[in-house]
Amino acid sequence: MATVHNLEFRDPQGRLAAAPATAPEPPVAPGGELRDMQGEKMVLNMGPSHPATHGVLRIVLELDGEIITRAEPDVGYLHRGDEKIAENMTYTQFIPYTDRLDYLAPLANNVAYALAVEKLHGIDKDLPPRCQYIRVICCELARISAHLLGLGAFAMDVGALTVFLHTFTEREKIYNLIESLTGARFTTTYTRIGGVARDLPPGWVEQCRQFLHEVVVNFDESEKLLTRNRIFVDRTRNLGIISRADAIDYGLTGPNLRGSGVDFDMRKAHPYLVYDQLQFDVPVGSVGDCYDRYLVRMEEMRQSARILHQCLDQLPGGPVRIPNGKTVLPPKEKVLTSMEELIHQFILVTQGENAPPGEIYFGAENPKGELGFYINSKGGGTPHRLKIRAPSFVNLSILPHLLPGHMMSDTVSILGSLDFVMGECDR
Amino acid sequence: MHLPPLISLAAWLPDLGHDGNFALLSLIKIVGVVAVLLTMVAYAVLVERKVSAFIQDRVGPNRVALPLIGNIPVLGPFLTRLGIWQPIADGVKSFLKEDFTPNHVRKIYFWLAPAVTMIPAFLTVAVIPFGSNLNGEKMVLADLDVGILYTFGIVSLGVYGIVLAGYAANSKYPFLGGIRSSAQMISYEIAMGLSVIPVFMLVGNLNLSSVISYQADGNWIVFRQPIAFLVFLVAAFAETNRLPFDMPESETELVGGYNTEYSSMKFALFFMGEYANMITSSAMMVTLFWGGWTLPFGGFSEPATTLAGGLAHIGIFLGKVIVFMVFFIWVRWMLPRFRYDQLMDLGWRRFLPLTLANLFVTAVIMWLQAH
Repeated sequence: MATVHNLEFRDPQGRLAAAPATAPEPPVAPGGELRDMQGEKMVLNMGPSHPATHGVLRIVLELDGEIITRAEPDVGYLHRGDEKIAENMTYTQFIPYTDRLDYLAPLANNVAYALAVEKLHGIDKDLPPRCQYIRVICCELARISAHLLGLGAFAMDVGALTVFLHTFTEREKIYNLIESLTGARFTTTYTRIGGVARDLPPGWVEQCRQFLHEVVVNFDESEKLLTRNRIFVDRTRNLGIISRADAIDYGLTGPNLRGSGVDFDMRKAHPYLVYDQLQFDVPVGSVGDCYDRYLVRMEEMRQSARILHQCLDQLPGGPVRIPNGKTVLPPKEKVLTSMEELIHQFILVTQGENAPPGEIYFGAENPKGELGFYINSKGGGTPHRLKIRAPSFVNLSILPHLLPGHMMSDTVSILGSLDFVMGECDR
Repeated sequence: MHLPPLISLAAWLPDLGHDGNFALLSLIKIVGVVAVLLTMVAYAVLVERKVSAFIQDRVGPNRVALPLIGNIPVLGPFLTRLGIWQPIADGVKSFLKEDFTPNHVRKIYFWLAPAVTMIPAFLTVAVIPFGSNLNGEKMVLADLDVGILYTFGIVSLGVYGIVLAGYAANSKYPFLGGIRSSAQMISYEIAMGLSVIPVFMLVGNLNLSSVISYQADGNWIVFRQPIAFLVFLVAAFAETNRLPFDMPESETELVGGYNTEYSSMKFALFFMGEYANMITSSAMMVTLFWGGWTLPFGGFSEPATTLAGGLAHIGIFLGKVIVFMVFFIWVRWMLPRFRYDQLMDLGWRRFLPLTLANLFVTAVIMWLQAH
């Protein structure tokens, strides 16, 4: 297993020993005669409209000078009631809503949701191999796209604007790929229950290969601008340290958990799709500071490129949907020419896929962490209750514990390194 | 030797006497310098946008053009595409926008702050020799014998504008920006002041013109005092509030910092102040360390005796300044931002001992050479 130890350019063990065990303690207000010298504290509203809160996160900071003594995140400004909306529509109709969760990686959300519903129907093991490979390609493209943005925004927050523009150049290429794949650049809605909307367009595999060769160059460029940049290292190293225990206690997932040295990746721990047949490493941090989380994301993108290369090489032929008209939408040309498929299509579209009663939970390794769908069904075409476990929401819960003791300027480094998306957090 | 001037102003003007001539020529020089400075400020913004676009693989401003310019044969398309009209549009926009004064600000200081930022940047130019001779006239507005003391005295005032803006805005983000600015100033100014002392020890004079004549024939001080130059360079970045030291402004942390509450022309004054500061800092570096208007070859080391030579000296000086301006801009788009305690650490714990050691070593070497 490759770890971030390989990426560290200076003595990781020594660094681990030298790093403080936990985040610095907030300054304790001295009592008695010193209280007058303590001065007043200032309450600063950071957000919901602030350049570094990436959307509509609001953090109420209590500042002593520039030192944070208390931090209280306030979420919900982007709440749309997605979970309640899900109860009033068929399973397929909810797919477009998943685009708007982590809107930096809509393809990965589509895949996670489709897999959850398929698990409910008990058809998740019947997916044709080509469909599974295409879904893995979708997930990993989304991961590269989301991490590129996370990386660029992180760099921008600490002041390095150019990295942001450089990563956006590559994201543009991903959007072009997604556009030719799904017809939309942003709101993809690509998966269907039991398959994907359409097969890869002709020539797409070659375009994707070309992109992979180009994006690796971009990783190197971004890394040259940041990884050994003394100012960037000073702004991120030994800051916002999340210990292993804290990371697990607060339920962190994804790169934030792995940055703290916990080797847990849903793709390895509970393999879904064809992840168990693919070769890739899970990078793990050593200290759990902002710098480690940055390194983990950097390496995850390279591993995603590696996975994509394998998928494109091994891509099998065959159908992209389960040939079962009772639960999976039949191909359109069949609907227009054959009676049975027309009936299936009519029933599925008007009443939804008739799910068995019961409840399931499915979690997928999304760019931000474990995106989970809990579905409670009482039978019929709509879920009785659908709960989304949004990784950004859970990852933000550590802020009141993490921020105190740091300086106001470190807030942006820490927020940037936690890499959250409010669309998913507030859902 | 002094050749008779080619165009003598006094020849066709009524005799104004010595004082009158001095006043008239100074006025002409001041108008010329301010015009050049303002144009450079305006176009520095354009260069900043173009260079950042080049670094970030973008196109940059290329849309603004005056009506009918595109119809000029051959040249037209270039004139419309290069964005050279952008500064005019920016300026007009700043004037026409609503000049909004929020209710909660302290009005007098709020109005005062942009001026206090802008004026010192322009005043500093007064002592900088931007050329040798033109028509027998020394190309410096005020040939002060205490040039550098004047410069440091005036430059320090610029920070008050920012502190004042942070105080006057009476809101939290500008307040933090103002505090950072004061903390920043005390940490770099001392190192900056100490870094130039060895220069004047070498020259033996505080007059900036004699600093330049000392550097004739390629004897540029940067080769003798590289440490002093590096410290001065970093301090110049801090002084101009540019990345990596733009903590008082830091858009992503303080949402604009001290100028959060400003709009319209008042904001534009802060903006122009920043660029004017860049120009004066570059001019200071060129004068103190890079030989001013001299070049070691082509006979450009001695004060000019002809009109063409004088103009060439001004061109050399401006060229050197522009190199530093591009360096300022390049650095801004390549580096992240320091935290302000890190700048204080840098100023107090690294640069202060370094400049003191540099001062001491220079003194020892000079003493050894003298004996």
